[in-house]
Amino acid sequence: MALICGRPPRTSPDPAFADWGDGGAALALKHWSMFAHGACVTVELTALSLIFGMLIAIPAALAMARGWRFWGGFARSYAYVFRGSPLLVQAYLIYYGLSQFEVVRDSVLWPFLREAYWCALLAFTLNTGAYTAEILRGAIAATPKGELEGAKALGLSPFKSTWLVELPSAARRALPQYGNEIIFMMHGSVIASVITIQDILGAGRTLNAKYYVAYEGFITAALLYMALTMVIVLCVRGMEKRWLAHLAVGR
Amino acid sequence: MSKLIEYAPLLLSGALVTISLAVSSLLLATILGALGAWGKLSKSLAPRAIASAYTTLIRGVPDLVMMLLVYYGGQRLLNQLLEALGQERIDVSPFLAGVATIGFIFGAYLAETFRGAYLAIPKGQREAATSLGLRPRQTLWLVTLPQLIRHAIPGYGNVWLVLVKSTAIVSVIGLEDVVGLADKAAKSTREPFLFFLAVIGVFLAITALSQWLLRKLDARYSAHLNIPLPDAKKAGAPAESAQPTMAPALR
Repeated sequence: MALICGRPPRTSPDPAFADWGDGGAALALKHWSMFAHGACVTVELTALSLIFGMLIAIPAALAMARGWRFWGGFARSYAYVFRGSPLLVQAYLIYYGLSQFEVVRDSVLWPFLREAYWCALLAFTLNTGAYTAEILRGAIAATPKGELEGAKALGLSPFKSTWLVELPSAARRALPQYGNEIIFMMHGSVIASVITIQDILGAGRTLNAKYYVAYEGFITAALLYMALTMVIVLCVRGMEKRWLAHLAVGR
Repeated sequence: MSKLIEYAPLLLSGALVTISLAVSSLLLATILGALGAWGKLSKSLAPRAIASAYTTLIRGVPDLVMMLLVYYGGQRLLNQLLEALGQERIDVSPFLAGVATIGFIFGAYLAETFRGAYLAIPKGQREAATSLGLRPRQTLWLVTLPQLIRHAIPGYGNVWLVLVKSTAIVSVIGLEDVVGLADKAAKSTREPFLFFLAVIGVFLAITALSQWLLRKLDARYSAHLNIPLPDAKKAGAPAESAQPTMAPALR
């Protein structure tokens, strides 16, 4: 069960669309509540994993950019493993793999880890955390030296210089790439449907299985994913206009 | 651990399926990418419109949705066509559906890579070729293409690394690649963690090997340069700074 979106609705057709005929679009419309719930789950899983992923990414990116011997190496290996292997296998490893161990089954975390939802969220968080860490690392490494020297000259402590100068400046540079990361993570969240979660694609697969049809559910899902992608693109463009306004001068 | 040794030949044969799927998809993607780049660089409206519709579609729809649509929907469409022609029904194999989908997806990313590589060639090169009396075809084969390859190698390598990982989803439609076979082994031995961890190892090994080969290839094609190559990002998007680039980060 999803945290905010709740349980999936029953799959019976909505009588409001009864006289719309038997076409593919009508079939999808009759089951709009399934797709609405699916869209909610997709947005929820994506948003939560991006938020939690960011909590991992900031310290990991700092450790890598600073070149700390132990933590930097640890963060680099983390990013390498999670960026170098498919999200599908990572989700399988967590969902099917962890339950193999008695230690896990006896632990306090078991009520969470036995549910597909939390396993998917954990896999997505670790995955997007790795990609975001790499994006932020690049942005931090590209900080103009003068900005840090300026912070030092103003008497900011190393902690303040990091939080008030270095990271905000890096976040701005990382924004275009992070916009892509949001889209790729939203697209990556289709993996959830493979481990039984009723996200957008899950709703499409349920519809197809129920009526023995081949395209209707998938085309509806594809259209919904496209719409979500466009919303994200527009939001990111708006944020860029606001925070990267100083780059537009002279262009 | 002894189970892993017992199943090692099986996993190895799965890895071979994964690699042949990836190589076949890359070939298709290269052809589509060349066509897409030609469309994007074309002066007339129709090819440009088709190429940009292609890119928008790929950016908007997740890979798994596309693949299920191709496998189930494509199968039905093909058989309806064959029936109308009075032919017998055929079954599309998961391998073919996988090659078609992944080739189609990564063709769009390669189109962007090739376009960037073409734009990175100084105009003077083509002008010099003309002034030497080379015909357009000779200019293409002797001047443009060799340089295009050099500029495209970093981006092409990145696309390959992402493509290999994204073959994992073909196991969802029943292909017995390394993921599908590991899933079977995990079920019969009840050791899913071990086998999915091994799959992650296989993907990391393929990635590491590819990176090593790509470095050698890169060194060979830019041997005449003392300066380091412009990296993939710069070659991919000249003079477009704040726009999100098409760097693929599929999961």
